Formats: sequence, structure tokens, C-alpha cells
Amino acid sequence: MKIIRNTGLSIFLICFAVFLSLPFLGTYKLTEKTFKENFTDAQQQKILEPSLKNLFDKEYGNNISFISDYNKAFDNANKEFREKKEWDKVINDSHVLNIVKDSSGGFVKNNLALLFIICFLISSLGGLMYMVPALYLKPVAGIKNNHIYHRGITNRGIIAFLFAAFLIAFYICIYQQPAYLSNWILLVDGLSTTLTGAAASQWFLYGFLYCLVMSVMSVRMFIKYRNNNYEKLRTCSVLFFQIAFAFMIPNILTKLQLPSMDFKNIWPLDYTFFFDYHLTQLTSNGMLGYWMLGWGIFLIVVGVPVMVYFFGKRWYCSWVCGCGGLAETLGDPFRQLSDKSLKAWKFERIIVHSVLVFAVIMTAAVLYTFFTGSSSILGIDTYSIRQAYGFGIGFMFAGAIGTGFYPVMGSRVWCRFGCPLAAYLGIVQRFKSRFRITTNGGQCISCGNCSTYCEMGIDVRAYAQNGENIIRSSCVGCGVCAAVCPRGVLKLENLAEEGRFDAYVRPEEKAF
Amino acid sequence: MKIVIIGNGISGITTARYIRKQSDHEILVISAESDHFFSRTALMYIYMGHMKFEHTKPYEDWFWDKNRIALKNAYIQKIDFDNKKLFSDRGEEISYDKLVLSTGSVNNKFDWPGQDLKGVQGLITKQDVEIMEENTRGVTDAVVVGGGLIGIEMAEMLHSRNIHVNFLVRDDHYWGGVLPKEEAELVGRHIKEHGMNLMLRSELKEIISDDDGKVKAIITKDNKEIKCGFVALTAGVSPNISFLKATKLETDRGILVNEFLETNIKDVYALGDCAQFKNPKENHPPVEQLWYTGKMQGRALANTICGNKTEYERGIWFNSAKFLDIEYQTYGLMLKKPFDDEDTFYWEHKNGKISMRANFAKADGSLRGFNFFGIRFKQTVADDWIRNNQDISKCISNLNKGFFDPEFYKSHHKEIIENFNNAYPKFKANIPKKRFFVF
Repeated sequence: MKIIRNTGLSIFLICFAVFLSLPFLGTYKLTEKTFKENFTDAQQQKILEPSLKNLFDKEYGNNISFISDYNKAFDNANKEFREKKEWDKVINDSHVLNIVKDSSGGFVKNNLALLFIICFLISSLGGLMYMVPALYLKPVAGIKNNHIYHRGITNRGIIAFLFAAFLIAFYICIYQQPAYLSNWILLVDGLSTTLTGAAASQWFLYGFLYCLVMSVMSVRMFIKYRNNNYEKLRTCSVLFFQIAFAFMIPNILTKLQLPSMDFKNIWPLDYTFFFDYHLTQLTSNGMLGYWMLGWGIFLIVVGVPVMVYFFGKRWYCSWVCGCGGLAETLGDPFRQLSDKSLKAWKFERIIVHSVLVFAVIMTAAVLYTFFTGSSSILGIDTYSIRQAYGFGIGFMFAGAIGTGFYPVMGSRVWCRFGCPLAAYLGIVQRFKSRFRITTNGGQCISCGNCSTYCEMGIDVRAYAQNGENIIRSSCVGCGVCAAVCPRGVLKLENLAEEGRFDAYVRPEEKAF
Repeated sequence: MKIVIIGNGISGITTARYIRKQSDHEILVISAESDHFFSRTALMYIYMGHMKFEHTKPYEDWFWDKNRIALKNAYIQKIDFDNKKLFSDRGEEISYDKLVLSTGSVNNKFDWPGQDLKGVQGLITKQDVEIMEENTRGVTDAVVVGGGLIGIEMAEMLHSRNIHVNFLVRDDHYWGGVLPKEEAELVGRHIKEHGMNLMLRSELKEIISDDDGKVKAIITKDNKEIKCGFVALTAGVSPNISFLKATKLETDRGILVNEFLETNIKDVYALGDCAQFKNPKENHPPVEQLWYTGKMQGRALANTICGNKTEYERGIWFNSAKFLDIEYQTYGLMLKKPFDDEDTFYWEHKNGKISMRANFAKADGSLRGFNFFGIRFKQTVADDWIRNNQDISKCISNLNKGFFDPEFYKSHHKEIIENFNNAYPKFKANIPKKRFFVF
């Protein structure tokens, strides 16, 4: 079994190394044909051709110099207009990703199917070979957190920081410089064409990887928590919502040339929901579009409060949400790294609620522009507010920090400190909900497993050892505190609201 | 008034916290083990890599300053009760107005040859874990002596490092002095399931040294030799009071106290593992070595020290433990045999890892206590039923009100009721009506 395990790990690492090397492989040659396919407008062709002509049929050995030369040439074509401030003539979209994809040649382009199999299928297989033997090596079901703090990857060792650096770099490229990842995107072009009818964008690649990583890491969850039905069901649920709702349905809608929508994504997490282009897209698509708009608003106004009242915010954060889904699968090995200090809690409350306020202001400003046509409020450009939000929160916080910091600050950095929807759900959970984590009388021995394994950084023990129920706006109801408790002290429950804050007092001590 | 507490375990710290809650007295807690309070019950998890030491501290380090509880890392060697003075091993002199002794336990050793060899140890303190880390390096086989709670913890710790465990238990069953036979067998099977060598009716005779003074094997009383690089001695603990012998403080096994936790000397109190009740309640042990009792005693003692004299009242007995992967909760006085006036009902799941037992009065069927293995049960419900002599058939019918397993766990209620009705037809438990989800 150990041999299978180590072989699996080796296979995975080799495949991962192949995957990592791909962006640096291949040759790149821009042809006139590619150029004209990407810029179909004759006027644009006329403007761009003189600058880009030098690149035609010139072969590059790597994408870095190719992209750099292409961008230079493209800027050059626009330079004159910029200097003259003729903004209407400036061509904004350089189509760089598609140009690079189409200009790509050599090893990667010629072996797409093989590389797809190596990078995604065989690597997954390797991962499974590493994980599944746990069933035989640790044949008795039960909570096994052995050696979590002895291993670098789960205890902020060098390897954890390397992994964090990789994740951050990945997010920066996906959001800001997808052209450098063109070879990865090429790998999923075939799949994308089948599903959506169009070549893959970086977002298709991202969605695909997201589903793949979650699927493989779900297997780990099913093995690790095989004694715990709550964890197993919850993992099935997040996996289903990711694959069906976040990935398949939007892609199929695109193929049907209907407005694409992730039906479980709720504003303000889905911060583009009220953007002008999105509203226009929905309202120009007849009944379906209006229904989508209505569904989105229904979720915000009715869905969230009603569901949180009955089940707590867990119904979303750890059963449905995609960010939560990744945190509960890929992030599970890192959950213990969240900061439990009182100071962190203070920061958390300030930051997460500030993001919520920011989201509301940003959306209000965008809607103001949408309805009045005026692009500034109190002298502030609404477009720049929205851009700041998109960059600061959408990319930096949710992506680069939110996931990139998994190996350093735990799996829920975004959910805890940044997610405006979590803040909204949390306010309902704290003040009007039947959900709580019940503490079983005086049975707590203050061991600290619950606090250690709380991914949201809640000091669960502080409540449990006083016989108090845990009612915190940030609790996502993952159930792991109850799972790791060695004395059966904690239980996630939906009960009557009455008395939910009452602490347990021993009958003998009532007189104290 | 200056209150000095020796020992920063759960008893001493609870006393300190509750004194602070109701008074402004000066409080000083002295410990030679660690700067800050930590959960000794979690020591095993540090060795197993579930947690780091810092995670076992229930309060952040600023807590003590904020609550004006002074901490001192020192070892008290001598106490001058007449002049109310303490002397540390570094020659410091500390005065007090009231003194609380909560010095905890030391390992029982029974003069086994070789008991002080390198690689032989128990598990009580933070230092024990550090030593164990040293002692188990490169070890492949170990022996655990003593089938109690610390024994199984150390067995689990060793098992997590892939060290083969030979588990020496004196009784016919694991923890046979406390658990009824069925439950003890259930745990025994589970120990074997983990691949440990459970040796029942085995006692240690001698520990054998190699040339470097390190353990290399043990010999049992029936002259079996077992090769091992590590021996865990867990044959119980006793009060840590050696430094108090030959003083005017009255001691027996522990420091003798009354129900107010007062010793024979005015203004000197003792509680927790080191205290021994002069007049223990019937069927209750004179020395209570539990986390829970330490906590309760601390609360009562804080009241007494602050002028509100409060008797320590144990209430309905409860306890819990975890045997490798099987959780155990008990409510009421559940000993290895029911009392003479009690009947007992035992149910075990066919997987042999889940069980429950209820003891009840023969005469009127009132509930006396529960044992649960692999089932979590609410303390409030059990406490209330036992306290109010609830009828056993009602208890069995309403077990679902107390089940505390996570959501979506299978309930065994129906099976338990059927078994109960078969075993005790004169009582009739009913399957509760299904309640549909009502908004």
C-alpha cells in the first residue's frame, strides 16, 4: 500500500511538473491570417497592420518575448492616437490571448490530447493513488489528524510557502495576464468547444480546474470523514453545486446562446450582477432574462434571510457556495492555520463589514449610472469605483489572497475577512436564526481541537468550556469542530430561537 | 488580601478565575511546569501532531494581565504554615494570606526493577511529552503498563508513530475495574482492531536495561519477555504531596480536606488531584482525579475564599473519555456491576462498536445511570432524568431527546426499544411518534 501511495505521489508530481513547464514550451509565430481572423474590422486592420507586420512569420522560441513584442507593436499602433488624445480611435482590445493561442505551435499544440491526459487525468489518478490507500493504511474510521503539525505543507513549512507562491502567481496570471497561460488554455479548447461551442477562455480553464481539483479533493474528504455522514453529505452537495450550477449550466446556456448564469451565485458575492452590461443582457433576453433577474433578486431578498433563519448560513457557505466548496476540499488540509486570536476577530469584523459597505456603495453607484445615465456621483466617477472594487476585492482579495493564502492563513481567508455575502448571511445568523452549535453541558475538557480545526478562526473552546452555545456570525457550519471533539460536546442544530444564548449551569451551582 | 495558588492546572486556575470574578484580592499562581495554563487533557494531541502546545492554552497570554492574575514560574520546596511563607528552590520567599494547594498528581510506581531506566515514563506533565518525544525516537516496539485512561492515550500516541504497542492489563478486561464486562470487551476488541497487542491478566515484573541504561525489554509476571525500546508506566496516579510530608498539614494519600475543601490549617485549602476528602460520600472515591471535578471544586472554593462559604457538591456523576476512535460518556454512578437494588439493560450494535447501558431501580424502575459508547448523549437530559428518578420505560422511549450525534447520523432508537421490551417485558417502552418538520 505504501508503494502505491508513493507511486501515486510521484506520478502526480511528475504530471504537475509537466503542467508547470507547459507555459514555457512551444513556438510562436504570428501570421497575417491569424491577425486578420482576430481583427475582422477592416479599419482596425488598417491601423494595426503597419506595426504588426514586422512580427508576421517571425518565429519565437518562447511566449514571453512573443507577448512582449506583440504588446509593444500593438501599443505602438495606438501611440499616435494616445498622444493626440484621439480616444475614440484607440483600439483597446489587443486580443492578446487569442493571438497567442492561434500563433502557438510546436510540441504543445501538436500533443494537446496527450498533454490533456497527462496533466489532468493521469495527475488526478496519481492523486487518487496517493489518497485512497488511506483506507487500508488506516483501516479504522475515525478522526485522524495525526502529524498535521509535523508536516511542512500543513504547518507553514517552506513547501507551504512555495505552494502559496504558486497559487498567487496562478491567480495573477489568470486575472491579469492570461496570455502567458495560453498553452494551458489550449488544452481545454476541445472540451470548451464541445460544451460551449466556443474556444476556451481563461475562465473556462479556471472553471474546469476548479471542478477537477474539487472532485479529486472530495475523495480525500470522503475518506477522511467516512465516519461522519454530515461531512459526506455536505461534500456531495458542494461538489454538485460547483459542477452543475457553476460549471455545466452556465456553459450549456452559452452554447444555447442564452444569457449565462450561475443560479446559486448571489449578490454581493456576485458583484457584477447589477452591472449595466449584465442588466442589459438579461433585459434583452425576453422572459428567461427577466426570470433570471427576478431569481437573483429573490435570492438576495427572500432566499438568504429565510434559509439562514431555518438552517444558518451554512446552507450557503458550506453546502452550496463555490468559494466554500474549494475551501472545504482543497482547503481542508489547511483549515487549522486560521488565526484564533481576539485581535484577528476584531480585524475580521471591521474588514468584512467594510467590504459589504463597499459592495453596497459600488452597486448603488453603478445602478445610479444605469438609471440616470450620469457617470459621476459627488464628483466621483462610478466607473472607477467599480473598477477599484473589481481589482481590489474581486481579484486581489477573493482570488490572489483568498485562495493563495490557503497554506499560510487557512482555507477561509476570503470567506472570513472578505466576502460581503458572508457578512450579510452572518448578520442574519447572529441576530435571527434557529442555527447554533450546542454545547453539551459541562462535558468540555478544553483540549482545543475544536478551536484549532475551526477554519473561520472561531475560538470554539472559549464558549464550550463555559457551557455556552456557539452563535457567531462567521460560523459557516462546516461541522468539523463537532467531528474532532473527543468528548462529544458539540452539535450543530436548528432549534427554537428561544434560549439559544443561555449557558449551561449545573443545578448545584444555580444558587451561586 | 493576597491569595497564592500553587499549581496552574484546571483546579487552581478555575479557583483564580472565580475569585477574580467576585473580588479584587491579589492573586498569584505559581507553577514550575509552564508559564501559562494549558489543558493537560490535550497533551496527547501535541505528540500526535494534532495541535501545538500553544493550541492547548485555553486563554491567550494577555488574559492573565488583563484579569490581574499574577503568574510565577517557580518550584515551591517548603512551606512555613506558621508564618504564612513559601520558599522556592531558588531561595525566593513568598508570603500569602490564603493558600490554595492544587499540586496535581505523580505517577504510581510499584518499585518495579528498572522503573527509572531511560525510555521508561508516564504522562502527566508538559515535560513528559517532551521527554517522550526523545524517548520514542527510533523505537519500533513499546509496552504500555496499566489499562486505564492514560494507558490508552499513550497507546494511541505510540500507535500514531507506527510504534507497535504491547498493552499490559492486569484485569480480565481493559479498564476492568471500572467498566462492566461488555463495555470492557467492546473497547478491548477496538484496541485489537488497531493492531495493538492487548495482553490481559498480565503484570509487569521487571524492566531490563541494555548496556547504555536504556530499556530493551520487559518481563511479565508469567515470565514472558517482550522486547521494547519504550515503556509507558500508567498504573494510576497519586497526589503530588511529597514536599508536604512532615509538616503540620494533615495528609493521607492526599491532602485531607472537608467538604469545603478546607485543610486542618486555617487559610490553607486544597483541591483537585492532590486533595483527599476526609468523609467521601458513599460510593464516591476519596480522591477525585478528573478535569470536571477539578473545575467544580475550583468554583466552590472561590466562593468560600471570597466569604460565601460553599460546600463542594458533586451533583449527578458524569464523565467522558475517548478510547482510540470510540467515544464514551457516562452519567450517574455506573460501576462495573450494578448495585444490588438495580437492574441493568445493555444494548450493543451488531458492529460491536456502539452500545448503551441503563441501570435502574428494581423496585420502581427509576433511572440510575447511563453508559454510552459511540453515541453522544445530552448531559442535561441524563442529569434531569437521574435526578428526578424518571421511569426507565419513559427514558428508553424518549432517548431521542438526548441523542447528541451529528445530524444525519443513523439513530438506533428503534432497535434499542425493541431490545429493551424483549429484555424487560414488564416495562413497556414506546417508539415515539415521528414528528414532521414544522415551521
